[in-house]
Amino acid sequence: MADAPIIIDPEKCKGCKLCIKACPFDALYMEGKLAVLKPEECRACGSCVDACKFKAITAAESAGAKVDLSAYKGVWVFVEQRQGKVQEVAYELLATGRRLADDRGSELAAVILGHNVTDAAASLVAAGADKVYVVDQPVLAEYEANVYTDALSQVIAKYKPEVVLAGATAIGRAFFAKVAVRSRTGLTADCTMLSVDKETGLLHQTRPAFGGNIMATIMTPNHRPQMATVRPKVFKTAPPDPARKGETLIEALKLVAPSTKIVRTERDASGVNIAEAEVIVAGGRGMKKGENLEMLKKLAKLLGGEMGVSRACVDAGWCSVAHQVGQTGKTVCPKLYLAFGISGAIQHLEGMRASDTIIAVNRDANAPIFGVADLGIVGDLFDIAPRLISALEAAK
Amino acid sequence: MHIVVCVKQVPDTANVRINPETNTLMREGVESIMNPFDEYALEEALKLKDAHGARVTVITMGPPQADVILRDAMARGADDAVLLTDRAVAGADTLATSYVLSLAIKKLNEKPDLVLFGKQAIDGDTAQVGPGVSEFLDYPLVTYVKSLSVKDGVFTVETLMDEGTDVIEGRLPAVMTVVKEASTPRFGSLAGWIDAKDAAIPAWGAKDVQADIAQCGLDGSPTKVVKIFAPPTKSGGRKVDGREKPAEVVDEIMQLLKEKGVR
Repeated sequence: MADAPIIIDPEKCKGCKLCIKACPFDALYMEGKLAVLKPEECRACGSCVDACKFKAITAAESAGAKVDLSAYKGVWVFVEQRQGKVQEVAYELLATGRRLADDRGSELAAVILGHNVTDAAASLVAAGADKVYVVDQPVLAEYEANVYTDALSQVIAKYKPEVVLAGATAIGRAFFAKVAVRSRTGLTADCTMLSVDKETGLLHQTRPAFGGNIMATIMTPNHRPQMATVRPKVFKTAPPDPARKGETLIEALKLVAPSTKIVRTERDASGVNIAEAEVIVAGGRGMKKGENLEMLKKLAKLLGGEMGVSRACVDAGWCSVAHQVGQTGKTVCPKLYLAFGISGAIQHLEGMRASDTIIAVNRDANAPIFGVADLGIVGDLFDIAPRLISALEAAK
Repeated sequence: MHIVVCVKQVPDTANVRINPETNTLMREGVESIMNPFDEYALEEALKLKDAHGARVTVITMGPPQADVILRDAMARGADDAVLLTDRAVAGADTLATSYVLSLAIKKLNEKPDLVLFGKQAIDGDTAQVGPGVSEFLDYPLVTYVKSLSVKDGVFTVETLMDEGTDVIEGRLPAVMTVVKEASTPRFGSLAGWIDAKDAAIPAWGAKDVQADIAQCGLDGSPTKVVKIFAPPTKSGGRKVDGREKPAEVVDEIMQLLKEKGVR
C-alpha cells in the first residue's frame, strides 16, 4: 500500500500495549516502549484507534474516491425465480430486509427478473416489500450471468438503493459478484448476521471465514450500494400478510444478448432437497459403512423427514452430495436434527446449528457436536438407532 | 488454445483457530497449500491440453513464497507461470483482487481463450473473484462447472446448480469456475518437479500491469473487516449416558420428540 493505514504518534505512545491486545490481525508489536505497525498485516479496521487511551493512534484518510452516500436510499432484495417459481430464500431475505428497513426508517423493495413473473409481485408485497421492481422479458426466463448482471445493474444505477441482498445460491453468488464489480462497490458473501446502523445506514455484515473457524464482521463504509449474499435457511421467513399494500413498477430496459445458452436442464432424479426438510436424520463417519445408512433412511421416513450426512460419508462414497450438510454441502434449519456418529467438525456445525432441536448420539463424550445438542447421548448408535426405530414403529 | 488458471495459496483452514483470549488468528503451525478447488480447475486445463494441445499459464497473487504453488502447477504440466506480488496489492478484497488479476491476464503476450478458477478459495469462501475477473475482462461467465469440452471454439459444459445440472453452450473466450465433481487432480511427476524447481517465474508488481494504485490492495477495497471473533457456541443442553441402558435413553428421545411436536 502507498502509506501506512494507521499512524502511531511516538510522542503520545506510552507503551501500554492496549493496542496490541485490541488488534485482531497481529499487526502491531512493541519495539522498546513504542507500538509499531506491521503495514502488511494491518487491515485498517480501527480497533487500535479506539483502544488507545492516549490518542496516539490515528487512521490515515483513505485515498479512495468518495461517493455521495446520501444519494442512496432503501433496502432491496433480489428475488430469485427458477421456472417462474420464487425461491424460498427470497422470502427469508424479505423478512430480514423488512427488519433492516424498519431499523433504518427506509423502504423495502423487491427486484424480480424473469419472464411472465409480474404476478409474483403480490406475494412479495405480502412478504414485506413496499415496492416491487419487475423486469419481465423473454430473455430473462432462464438465468444467464451477463444478461442478469446487465438488468440488475441498470436498475441499481437508476434508483440507487443503500443495501442490496441476494440469496447465496448457485445463481446469486455468481452474477451478484459481477453486479458488485460493475457498480464498483463491495460485496460480502454468505452473511449469517445482518444489522444496520440507524444513523449512518452502515450495514454490519457478519459471516464465517476460514471454513467456519472464525467469524468476521465486514462493512462497506465508502461505497454504495452495500451488497451482501445470505445462505438459504439462515434467516426465517415471516408469515405473509395479504392485506399489505405495495406498489409494482415495471421496468422496461434494453438488455444485452445472452453470451451462453442453456441447452438442457437435468433435475436431480432423487428429488432430495434436505434444505426444505422439517426433520433430518443425519449420519457421519461413525456409521462405519455405507449399508448402515439404510437405518437412517428408515428413521427419516418414520419421522417424515430426509436423511442428511456429513462430508465424511460423501468422501467415502457412501452417499451422494445432495444429502450433505455443512459448509461445502447445504445449510439446513429443520425443526429436528438427529445426528448419529457425527463428531461435529466446525464445517458441519455451521451448516446445522440453527436447527430448532438437535439430538446427537456419539460414542465420544467429548465430541464437539454435544456443544450444540439440546439432548446429547453418549452411547453406541448401533444400540440406540434400532431401538428408536422399533419404538417409533410401535407408536404408530 | 491458451488457458489461464488462477490459483491461490491458502492456509490449510482445518487448522485455523481463534485464540479465545486475544481474539486473534492463531497461524502458528498452519501449513500453506494450493487452494484445493484450484487443483480441479488446473486439472481441467491439463485435460484440455492432453486432448487438444494447449498452452497453460498459471497465475497467483500473493507473497513471494506463493511461488511454491506455481511450481507445483508446473510440475503437473502447466507451461508458464506468473507471480503477482507487491505490497501495494496486499489486503485486497475481491473487487481489488479481480481488478489486478484481470490486468495481469491482459498483459500476457497471448490473449487467453479460457480463464479457469476453482469454485471458491477455502480461506475466504466468497466465490467472487472468478465472476469479478469475468466482469473486468468482459468475458462470458459460467460457474460451478463439473465437465468441460471444447470443439472449434465452442464449449459445452455441465454446471452444478442447486437442484441438478444445467448443460450450457457458448463461444470462447470465457471465464469458468470449476467444482470438485469435475475430476481427480493429478500429481506432479518427478521429472516435472525437477524442471519446475528451477523454472524462472516472472514476478510482476502493480506497476508492471499498469494498475491504478488507488484501486489496489487495501485502498482499493470497498469492504473492510472491522472485527473477527470465535463462532458463537450454543451452550450444549443435557447430556446423558446411554452406554448402560440404551432403552431408557430411547424413551427420553421419544419424550422429546413428543414435546417438540415432531411425532
